[in-house]
Amino acid sequence: MANLQSFAAWIGDYAGVVAEQADYLTDLDRAIGDADHGSNMQRGMARAARLADEEEFTAIDAYLKKVGMSLVSNVGGASGPLYGTFFLRMGGALAGVEEAGAEEVGAALRAGVEGILARGKAEVGDKTMYDAWSPALDAFDAAVGAGGDLAGALAAAAEAAAKGRDGTEDLVARKGRASYLGERSRGHIDPGATSSTMLLESAARTLA
Amino acid sequence: MKKLINDPADVVVEALRGMAAAHRGRLRVDLDNKVVYRKEQIRPGKVGLISGGGSGHEPMHGGFVGLGMLDAACAGEVFTSPVPDQMMAATKEVDGGAGVLHIVKNYTGDVMNFEMAAELAAADAGTQVQAVVVDDDVAVQDSLYTAGRRGVGTTVLLEKIVGAAAEEGRSLADCAALATRVNDNGRSMGMALTSCTVPAAGKPTFELAEDEMEVGIGIHGEPGRKRVPLASAREVAEMLVEPILSDLDFTGDSGAIVLMNGMGGTPLLELYLMYAEVAQILERSGVTIARCLVGNYITSLEMAGCSVTLLKADDDMVGLWDAPVNTPGLRWGV
Repeated sequence: MANLQSFAAWIGDYAGVVAEQADYLTDLDRAIGDADHGSNMQRGMARAARLADEEEFTAIDAYLKKVGMSLVSNVGGASGPLYGTFFLRMGGALAGVEEAGAEEVGAALRAGVEGILARGKAEVGDKTMYDAWSPALDAFDAAVGAGGDLAGALAAAAEAAAKGRDGTEDLVARKGRASYLGERSRGHIDPGATSSTMLLESAARTLA
Repeated sequence: MKKLINDPADVVVEALRGMAAAHRGRLRVDLDNKVVYRKEQIRPGKVGLISGGGSGHEPMHGGFVGLGMLDAACAGEVFTSPVPDQMMAATKEVDGGAGVLHIVKNYTGDVMNFEMAAELAAADAGTQVQAVVVDDDVAVQDSLYTAGRRGVGTTVLLEKIVGAAAEEGRSLADCAALATRVNDNGRSMGMALTSCTVPAAGKPTFELAEDEMEVGIGIHGEPGRKRVPLASAREVAEMLVEPILSDLDFTGDSGAIVLMNGMGGTPLLELYLMYAEVAQILERSGVTIARCLVGNYITSLEMAGCSVTLLKADDDMVGLWDAPVNTPGLRWGV
């Protein structure tokens, strides 16, 4: 079961991962975008990770909404509205929940990804973060359906996200700045799918 | 990386501090929100004009704040769109009761952040906001399955022309319609001889051999659509102008407003040389040059290269182009 402390640990852990991998994310973005994904995510997550130290939170939903607003306000680019909306919607789905199990976390992840879709209007195969999220949600649900607990479901989701991420290498981008490259975007892994996979891997470490 | 900076993280704020100091008489800068404003408060009844985008394209957009052009410009991090908080603050500040027009370049991040800001401003203060999205780059295939064309050089011409219209007291609806007309009639194409280096990234965005160039680049160091052997200025001019002319007929009417733009690392010597080539092609193609502008107006840090923008202008646009403007980056008639 995940409580408020687990979610704060998630944000803290992911901020650490993003800081460590900032150059790698920026390198991926340099190949097909504008070389700022790592530095933007690092700036935004560092700010979001400080929220738990600066303010006393008593509910998961209020905390995640604050994380979302903080990302919208500090990241910029497309990642700010996308990741910001993800956490805002996730928070909304967890209103009134103190201990989230597999069912609640699954519903919250789905709400978050629907928020990403509402902003980004992407489809599977567009070479975006959704190519990691879509199989991850399916894997999460399948694991829960097979009687798996939160830990098992998150691990399955992270694994499926990684496969989806790797699959973006062969795709031609149809959204975001990479789409300006057309065929030349093929052969590169999508930075957004990579940072999304890292987020799920971090969740598997901290939420369960 | 060799740059005149202190810390990559502080580049934007420190540059804005310098702008504030250099233009004390006509600009004020909100360093917390990273917004450049005209010194004077907005005139009641005047439509507020806001633009913004990633930094690194100077003088765009902060350098185009002033009489006859923008009321505010939101500066994002280098090559990263500003965030909704900045646009919200600017929108509220320049609402003189006649509404606010957002001038947005067509990049996924810019469009999303401006959309969020418009939603929030309408919900929060009831401010009437309209937006125009500039998408003039013929290097990019426009289709339902891509993010569409990038917004580049036409943005500069649009800010000048619609800025003059707002100064005249035209309504928000009229300014938005004019902005759409300018965008619909503007086309651009750019090329790069070298990459630029984003300060936070510390190394060049792309590698180009000594004998290569990228054609169809954007303004963020995103690689172009094709890499070709280095060619003469005359051939480069053909490569830039031909796709523009085959996309839209620029003959007739009042002629075209031409922007021969440098990407930041190309000297004026070469830009004037290029302008001569471009003018010759246009003359041969039956396009009359109504007005022109040669220099660094929408740049990409220290990238060497250039872009050409043509705007098929009507009499209204040419008249508004000639109206007085007094900004750090563009100044005439005052």
